[in-house]
Amino acid sequence: MARITYIEHNGAQHVVDVPAGKSVMQGAVDNNIPGIDADCGGECACATCHVYVDAAWLDRVGLPAPGSQEASMLSFAAVTQPDSRLSCQITVTDAMDGLVVRMPEGQH
Amino acid sequence: MTQDSRHIVIAGAGHAGGSAAAMLRQFGWTGAITLVGEEPIPPYQRPPLSKAWLKGEATAESLALRPARFYPDATIDLRLETKVTGIDRAAMTVTLSDGGTLAYDFLILALGARARKLPLDGVDLEGVLELRSAADADRLKAALHPGAKLAVIGGGYIGLEAAASARALGAEATIIERESRVLARVACPILSEFFQNFHRAQGVTIDVDAQVATLEGAEGRVTGVRLGDGRLVPCDAALVGVGAVANDELAREAGLTCHNGITVDLSARTDDPVIFAIGDCTSRPLPLYDRTGRLESVPNALEQAKQAASAICGKPAPTPEVPWFWSDQYDLRLQIAGMPFDTTQVVVRGDVSAARFALFHLTADGTVQAVEAVNAAPEFMGGRRIIAKRKQLTRVRIEDMSVSMQELAA
Repeated sequence: MARITYIEHNGAQHVVDVPAGKSVMQGAVDNNIPGIDADCGGECACATCHVYVDAAWLDRVGLPAPGSQEASMLSFAAVTQPDSRLSCQITVTDAMDGLVVRMPEGQH
Repeated sequence: MTQDSRHIVIAGAGHAGGSAAAMLRQFGWTGAITLVGEEPIPPYQRPPLSKAWLKGEATAESLALRPARFYPDATIDLRLETKVTGIDRAAMTVTLSDGGTLAYDFLILALGARARKLPLDGVDLEGVLELRSAADADRLKAALHPGAKLAVIGGGYIGLEAAASARALGAEATIIERESRVLARVACPILSEFFQNFHRAQGVTIDVDAQVATLEGAEGRVTGVRLGDGRLVPCDAALVGVGAVANDELAREAGLTCHNGITVDLSARTDDPVIFAIGDCTSRPLPLYDRTGRLESVPNALEQAKQAASAICGKPAPTPEVPWFWSDQYDLRLQIAGMPFDTTQVVVRGDVSAARFALFHLTADGTVQAVEAVNAAPEFMGGRRIIAKRKQLTRVRIEDMSVSMQELAA
């Protein structure tokens, strides 16, 4: 279980507990948190679950492998940053307790 | 927050209806929401049914759109195993299969589509299956054991995905296609040929130009598919995947305009201002292509759910999206952006023999209308952007792999 803070583009914060083994995307969807659309349901096919990972957490969460499906998809998502991830590709672990992610203005 | 006294009824609890309920809450709707669904389980994702679910790689929990507790938590009144059976537009009420009546201020029709039936003898035999619901998928899954023989009638996406899953489970699969190639209705010949070759290399038998005459059985159970030329394809189960029909009867009976689906505008509104329709049951504007049509896809269900929720909650209409689709078979990921209307040329980018390529469909003036990408995420994502911009590209530039998709889409 990890407590994760999701921050919408407008600053609204949502703090929820997400079981280990689920994805950061699923944590948002299960709790109906706005700002993560997840059109494809976690297949890394649509790039609509884009988040920015808080700097303090990047070493634990990691970045997509260069040339991976996620990296390819992300390179065309709206307003990417060096800390961009697709949240369906981040599997929650107990070590992520306290994780903070921010959502971009839009996913489409 | 004051509670809105208005009531939204959503008829249909599939991907579209379930998502509309959730989006209404996200967009701040405080009034009552009743979500009425025929199936015994809360809204779930259908795409994995022909893939991960068949292969035992998904659970009921992972299939669910949202956890069961979401509905009471969000005060969404979820009525399962219940169907809306009639709409009284003057009284603004719907009747339910359990005999009840619900008054609505807004009604969202998310009625889906149903599998087209074959008008043939033997379709009622046990073991003749379709694949729309989780219950359908469970029946198919039970039939797919090592050595079992699956006949797939119809070489569309559902048929191809089911054949791929059957092979993964050690079952034999034969695809029977009426047209001269698989995916005839939805893909170009190059893509059809690629998928045919790939499936054949995986041990799938594909019979094209093949008519089905009848389904044969013994003791009430299917034993084979008899083809028009007299040949018999023996099977333990037959999956019929020959397209879907929009469930628009309820809307027709209520006098709403329907034309191969319930006619809606870009707010997902029908010609009754308080009735919306979303997902597979609609015929919708395709603004990029100056026409209307049905889109049977999850992205469409979500886009229209968002359109309806935005209109009801007084939010600005979302920007129309480029239609897109995806299909996973074996280790192939097919992603399609756009639709190839009015196109005169197909340009191949990448290497078809290496199973990493994209097909760009262009009009006579070079406008990119659609991109079919196999294991080529940059081409798919860049393609969406190019199509949205109605950008024109030349064959030479598309084919040149030294020009990145970032540059092509810029």
